[in-house]
Amino acid sequence: MCSQCETAGDEGTLAIRFSFDGGPATVSASMTVASTHRRDSVALGAAVGLVGITFGVLASTAGLPLIKAMAMSLLVFTGASQFAAVGVMSSGGSPVSAVGGALLLAARNSLYGMRLSERLTQHGWKRIPGAHWVIDETTAMSVAQDDEVAATEAFWWTGAALFFFWNLGTAVGVVVGDAIGDPEVYGLDAAFPASFVALLGPHLATAPGRVAGLVGASIAIVAVPLTPAGAPILLAALAIIPALLLPNPVAVSPGTTAEEAP
Amino acid sequence: MSWAAILVLAAGAYGFKLAGVLVGNRIEHPLLRRSISLIPPALFCALIALQTFERDTDLVFDARVAGLVVALFATWRKVPFIGVIVLAMAATAVARLTFG
Repeated sequence: MCSQCETAGDEGTLAIRFSFDGGPATVSASMTVASTHRRDSVALGAAVGLVGITFGVLASTAGLPLIKAMAMSLLVFTGASQFAAVGVMSSGGSPVSAVGGALLLAARNSLYGMRLSERLTQHGWKRIPGAHWVIDETTAMSVAQDDEVAATEAFWWTGAALFFFWNLGTAVGVVVGDAIGDPEVYGLDAAFPASFVALLGPHLATAPGRVAGLVGASIAIVAVPLTPAGAPILLAALAIIPALLLPNPVAVSPGTTAEEAP
Repeated sequence: MSWAAILVLAAGAYGFKLAGVLVGNRIEHPLLRRSISLIPPALFCALIALQTFERDTDLVFDARVAGLVVALFATWRKVPFIGVIVLAMAATAVARLTFG
């Protein structure tokens, strides 16, 4: 089901997991799991870097200089919001509607933050810089892990890989600009949904998870023609209500015993 | 895009992220905890649907659907993570080349 669990094999004998909050290093009993999610983090980062090139090209076509495009990728660091803001501005929209729409898209990161706060081992001030990396991909990679230590490590690895590649991609996109042509020719827009399909397994292992997923996708699709950009994804959060009406399985959170749950 | 707009967006985006992280830790009611744990499947499935069918607040059926179908199949066949992404990109690129 989860790619982290299935793709182990070719790598290493004993993986060392180090905890990022400065605690003592612990030797992983589950051998290759740690190295697998590290490799997946870098793979996801590379894919996101390609999408970053797309953003750079778009920003460049919209007339943004390199320094402003880089400021967005470094400081905003939320892909969907960046695309929305630049898209609205380039189609002649006002700064208020550009920023408003982008913030609507960024609001879901609050929900991710709540979910991640119970899985990450950091406490106190260390959460404050880490919050900058709370986005779709880091949440997906982190909550797909079996335990808190792996979840924390997956969060930091994915965050670092994405931050590096997203900003590198943005710079490349701005510099090469139109020379690269239409990035969609390479199917780049399929990378993001595909990576989430690959990370969904553990979430859909329980009945409430499947209901939340199905209803969430349905709400979003129905809402697209009816609401402004950014609203469909927030409305999809309402899908947790029907999911809550189902009996609570042994483990709601993916990982631990989700595979055995009915 | 003015500097003011970029900085407001940056501050707002970080504010949302931080608020979630700080508030999430203080929520202890079991029903709320369960609600939060169901957010990822709901939002991730919605994101997949939006990224496949949404275009400028309209629904379209285009080459991205080929990528989604291939990604679902590859995941079901337990293809490694990077393989799923590459196969889906290739499927979308080929479908786009074929059907325009």
